[in-house]
Amino acid sequence: MAVERPAPAIELINVSRRFLSPTGKSLTALRDFTMTVERGEFVAVVGPTGCGKSTTLNLVTGLASPSAGEVRVMGAPVKGIDPRIGFVFQTDALFPWRTVIENVMAGPLFRGKSKPQAEASARDWLARVGLARFEQHYPHQLSGGMRKRVALAQTFINGPEILLMDEPFSALDVQTRVLMHEELLRLWSEAKASVVFVTHDLEEAIALADKVYVLTAGPATVKSVYSIDLPRPRVVADIRYEQSFIDYSRTIWADLKEEVETSYARAAA
Amino acid sequence: MTDATVNITTASFRPGTSDAEIEAAAARAAAHRRRTVTFWRLGILIAFLSLWEIAGRMAWIDPFFYAMPSTIAGRLYEWITEGTSEGPLWYHLYVTMEESVLGFVTGSIAGIVIGVALGRNRMAADIFSVYIKVINSIPRVVLAPIFIMILGLGLASKVALAFVMVFFVVFHNAFQGVREADRAMIANARILGASDWQLTRSVIVPSAMSWIFASLHVSFGFAIIGAIVGEFVGSRFGIGLLINVAKGSFDAAGMYAAIVIVMVVALGAEYLMTLVESRLAKWRPQPLHETQ
Repeated sequence: MAVERPAPAIELINVSRRFLSPTGKSLTALRDFTMTVERGEFVAVVGPTGCGKSTTLNLVTGLASPSAGEVRVMGAPVKGIDPRIGFVFQTDALFPWRTVIENVMAGPLFRGKSKPQAEASARDWLARVGLARFEQHYPHQLSGGMRKRVALAQTFINGPEILLMDEPFSALDVQTRVLMHEELLRLWSEAKASVVFVTHDLEEAIALADKVYVLTAGPATVKSVYSIDLPRPRVVADIRYEQSFIDYSRTIWADLKEEVETSYARAAA
Repeated sequence: MTDATVNITTASFRPGTSDAEIEAAAARAAAHRRRTVTFWRLGILIAFLSLWEIAGRMAWIDPFFYAMPSTIAGRLYEWITEGTSEGPLWYHLYVTMEESVLGFVTGSIAGIVIGVALGRNRMAADIFSVYIKVINSIPRVVLAPIFIMILGLGLASKVALAFVMVFFVVFHNAFQGVREADRAMIANARILGASDWQLTRSVIVPSAMSWIFASLHVSFGFAIIGAIVGEFVGSRFGIGLLINVAKGSFDAAGMYAAIVIVMVVALGAEYLMTLVESRLAKWRPQPLHETQ
């Protein structure tokens, strides 16, 4: 190697992933999938529903392992669950029997911090996501957007270097979603983490990311990659009205549309 | 656009539709509903008991076999004030309760521990599930004579019977509860850094808790059944013995009186269980219209 450069945060090299269906048949979710996420980069992955987008994230966490190919995190192959990784789920993954602050404290406590330490840092994170007044509430007492903020605090408190997000805001209403985008970009710019953000919402992907990966209809492989050169810091609420944003949207949608149609035709068949 | 704004704060209500009036009307309706429910509950009980009493007195049914509410109440009063032919009522009740509670506590602890352990370990579950099915297919009461033969007429045989009655119910629910634990929640805990033991203790068990509690509700009743059946088959004390003695002397009122006692105790236990559960489950959403 000529130049010493830090290894990329995430590399998926020619990865395939097969599943066994309940009837014992082998299904391919990912085929020859290659993706690189540089340190501090915000990558969005878009593709038709059910194409295998979430599988890519599970491979990075170590919750699933590839059938072929290699997954590397910070230059080293993935072995088990990496403590440098944070994950925000699509569904509500908060612990409903714990109060908001106890939910946020979970990570540090699991990782062996003392209770007062965990509590102090949970307070700090709750303040950062604007939920200081709701420490003692239970998740069911909060709105969907507030629960997502708790989930963000729960993830960010561990100081992840890599943040994986699996359609995290898809269940929220449009207004709340824009607020959450702002929140996420703010937290991300402070934390300097590398992000992989899986979504089926193209505008969300363009508004947030540095790079957008378009996947094919399942079995998923990379169809094309777009660099998004919109200046940062971005104001998500306004950016969608800028001409360059609209141009990106139009170009990438033309590309994505084919795959969506293929996947739709297959589902209808 | 701005001239179309309506100033809502000055909007006037039609008579009878202000917040206070609507709330008062809702409160009245709720109170009325509660009174109706109570009225019918009491009414049906009184009607049933009266019909029984009248049927007995008019000799529509033979009071020798069916007794009458009045003779049952008389027998209960006699047992409470003078004691039974086998000694003081309270001692018998105490013995039965001791057996039931011990069987209930040990049975549910064993059921929870083994249920969670097998629920977490798929291999062990696959191996042992067949044995559990086999043992579970035995009607528990046939074990009573065996336990009495092995463990004697005293406390141990009844506790053992109550234990097996409780164990399988709690085991099944704990096992199922563990299996139903939300996958995203488990993945979340593992990525947040939970070890296997932390995952079991702080995610799996709490999320199986509502399943476990559902089984604890019914299983105290099963513990009482175990204790009483054990007492039928062979014992020196207990409510089961009282029923047995009453049967031997064709004392129908005595049998019904013993049943009433067991009923009261079981209802009391159920009430306590509900109290404990609602304390532990304070994180669960309350229905909005609860007007207590």
